Amino acid sequence: MTLEESPQVFEQPLLRVTDLSIEFTRDRERIPAVIDADLEILRGEVVAIVGESGSGKSTLAMALLGLLAGNGDVVGGTIEFDGRNVLSVSAAEWLGIRGKRIGMVPQDPMSNLNPMKRVRDQLGEVLLRHGKATRKNLEAECCRVLERAGISDPKSRLDQYPHQLSGGLRQRVLIAIGTACDPELLIADEPTSALDVTVSARILDQIAEISQRMRMSVLLITHDLGLAAERADKVIVMKHGRIVEAGAAAEILSNPRESYTQMLVNADPGIRARMGESITVTREFDESDIVVEVADLNKTFQRRRRDTPVVANKEVNLRVPRGSTVALVGESGSGKTTVSRMLLKLEEPSSGSIEFDGRDIQALSREQLADFRKRVQPIFQDPYSSLNPMMTVRAIIREGMDLYKIGRASERDRRVGELLEQVGLAPEIAKRHPAELSGGQRQRVAIARAISMEPEVLVCDEPVSALDVLVQQQVLQLLRELQLEKQLTYLFITHDLAVVKEFADYVYVMHQGSIVEEGETLALFEDPQMEYTTQLLAAARMV
Amino acid sequence: MTRFILNRLGQLIPVLIGVTIAVFLLRQIIPGDAVDVLLGGTASQEERDALRESLGLDKNLFVQYFTYLGNILQGDFGRSSTYNAPVLGVLIERLGNTAILAIPAVAIASVVGVTAGVWASRKPNSFRDRSITVSVLILTSMPSFWLGILLILFFGLQLGWLPVSGKQSLIGGGDFLDVARHALLPILTLAAWSLAVITRMTRTSMLGVLSSDYVRSSIARGLSKNQVVYGHALPNAIPAVITVIGLQAGFQLSGAVLTETVFSWPGIGFALAQAISNRDMELLQGGILMIAVIFVFINFFVDVLYAVFNPKVKVS
Repeated sequence: MTLEESPQVFEQPLLRVTDLSIEFTRDRERIPAVIDADLEILRGEVVAIVGESGSGKSTLAMALLGLLAGNGDVVGGTIEFDGRNVLSVSAAEWLGIRGKRIGMVPQDPMSNLNPMKRVRDQLGEVLLRHGKATRKNLEAECCRVLERAGISDPKSRLDQYPHQLSGGLRQRVLIAIGTACDPELLIADEPTSALDVTVSARILDQIAEISQRMRMSVLLITHDLGLAAERADKVIVMKHGRIVEAGAAAEILSNPRESYTQMLVNADPGIRARMGESITVTREFDESDIVVEVADLNKTFQRRRRDTPVVANKEVNLRVPRGSTVALVGESGSGKTTVSRMLLKLEEPSSGSIEFDGRDIQALSREQLADFRKRVQPIFQDPYSSLNPMMTVRAIIREGMDLYKIGRASERDRRVGELLEQVGLAPEIAKRHPAELSGGQRQRVAIARAISMEPEVLVCDEPVSALDVLVQQQVLQLLRELQLEKQLTYLFITHDLAVVKEFADYVYVMHQGSIVEEGETLALFEDPQMEYTTQLLAAARMV
Repeated sequence: MTRFILNRLGQLIPVLIGVTIAVFLLRQIIPGDAVDVLLGGTASQEERDALRESLGLDKNLFVQYFTYLGNILQGDFGRSSTYNAPVLGVLIERLGNTAILAIPAVAIASVVGVTAGVWASRKPNSFRDRSITVSVLILTSMPSFWLGILLILFFGLQLGWLPVSGKQSLIGGGDFLDVARHALLPILTLAAWSLAVITRMTRTSMLGVLSSDYVRSSIARGLSKNQVVYGHALPNAIPAVITVIGLQAGFQLSGAVLTETVFSWPGIGFALAQAISNRDMELLQGGILMIAVIFVFINFFVDVLYAVFNPKVKVS
């Protein structure tokens, strides 16, 4: 054997992207999305692309599959897959590459399965299409592939529709479909960002396992630098369409070269938590001065009498001292949002009491209720849906002041400007509509709207989990400053333990509708008593 | 599924009762007394009272309504003064004639409309898509009576290929071919409008589905364009189209008054037009009731079809 023939020495990369540039055309204007990108993926290698939303990472991934949106064009460079430039591949040839040689696991498990078709059909058609199964062995093959993706009882899932499956199961089905034909390259676009931390860890394990067993390369697209460093061999950092840094995963966290990467590392409480370097602050507040007290709260949902009741909350007890930040953590479906809705009096409890400032909120008079609504304000998770798209920012922030006649009408516009400045926005933004703002700006507007009422308590339901890490850092900083300045009390509802560790004074852990553990933040994170808490921390790599 | 259907059937009962109440009250609202219509202006007060009593019009509204309801349930819709025959018999015959037009019209419109809509959506903004969109616009902007007259002028008078009026030839007519020849132009007239609406709905609905994540994902799995369009997109686009087809079927079966008048087709719409001009209250009331009931049942069928296509209903 000559040297040239030895694959170990002169291995061609499976994928080689050279000088790739992609532009989108919007209103006859050409907007660059990817600029001069270079990357290589070897067989069996796991490469992660990290970047904020809008950095071009998903566009790059879609170009690898020849699936750019209609207004997107590759304007320069080459994409070589297994030695072939795929940019010159015909539509018919693509059919033999997509799904067969390059698989994809898409981002959102809720929207990427066809709601009208059973698991059997959606998985089976891919196996049949690429000749990986025959009609005869189709069911057995489907089961094998589902089982490999971590579905324990594959046969029973075959005849189910997507709506009958949980988010985690749907994502496993998508992994099964993406890896069904043992592709040489798997593109996983934020495969777990819509999932809970415990589910997410297991799903990534499964992808890694299939990758190792089949020697499949993986291109992992993610916004989470910590996750990328942990799961990949090589990490590529993208910003505004350019690759700013690329290197070995082990290096990138401990020794980031570019200032942008350093910023990302410093902004991410998740990375600090993994490395045991969380920045914690102890703050002063009077523990006996309780502003919100929840006692024996129960909530059952039952639409019709013959339906089986669904227990959302069972015997929940919470105490929130004035001026403190109390976190309620748990996975989706644990009942934490129901608690927050009852605290905001948007939902009535089935039994139990909620006291605000010593008064039961069930028994408020009309005037007292109006006062309560003013003093307790919400901030919701999704700044894209919590602002009315038809209203300007000014109208959104003024609405509450107009309703409660806060200040003189003539002064309210000036007040809107002040509030915008307080949340770090330019007063000129008041003229705009939410669609013209970025996610971080919108969440700031939502905060300005909340503090316009001079509230005492803010109920924040996942206020930063839809935001990029740099924006998240800024919004959390803003919330901290406002708390000091206005003596605000926060009830912070989230699944993000790393944020909680740095932000909250006291933590309640919720599981299946009940509080399973509570304690002061540091004590609870360092010495969890319950197994469930330990599991959560382990999944977030915080043990 | 059976339970779903029974459930929906159960919900129809109050709706149908409501319909009878509305139709009954309609008669109370319309100005003019039935007695005046029957006897004319010259009758004496005694004659009028006697007739009033024999018709039960001297009783209070509740009694009158329940008498009305009782009669309907026994199939007694009163007597049509225009045709001098029981209303029910007249309506059933007329409904049959309307169905001869409506069923083929809806069938043609659905098949052609869905095909054209899907075809247009496969290549949005292409020449083919634009041609279809413009044709649809022209068809929807064209009043049916005008289109009917154009067809009569061209195919009937100019070319002399097809008869232009009535349901059958007066002499020796009435066999299938004869009726079909008479029905062809009105069917085309009726189909035109529905066709346009169905095409437009299919195209819009398909475009929405084709831009969804799961369609993109199915392309990323290497499925062929036909598998993506017909296997993934169409089943998801079809429920919205069914709603429109159901509405169209409702309009057509309730008698397209204008089209039937233009072609002198003895359908239910034509009969209603006659009933109004002759002040034939019994026929009018019966006709409206029948149309309302048809609408209610078509909606019911659409609901059931929806459920057939919706896996969430199918499995629970």
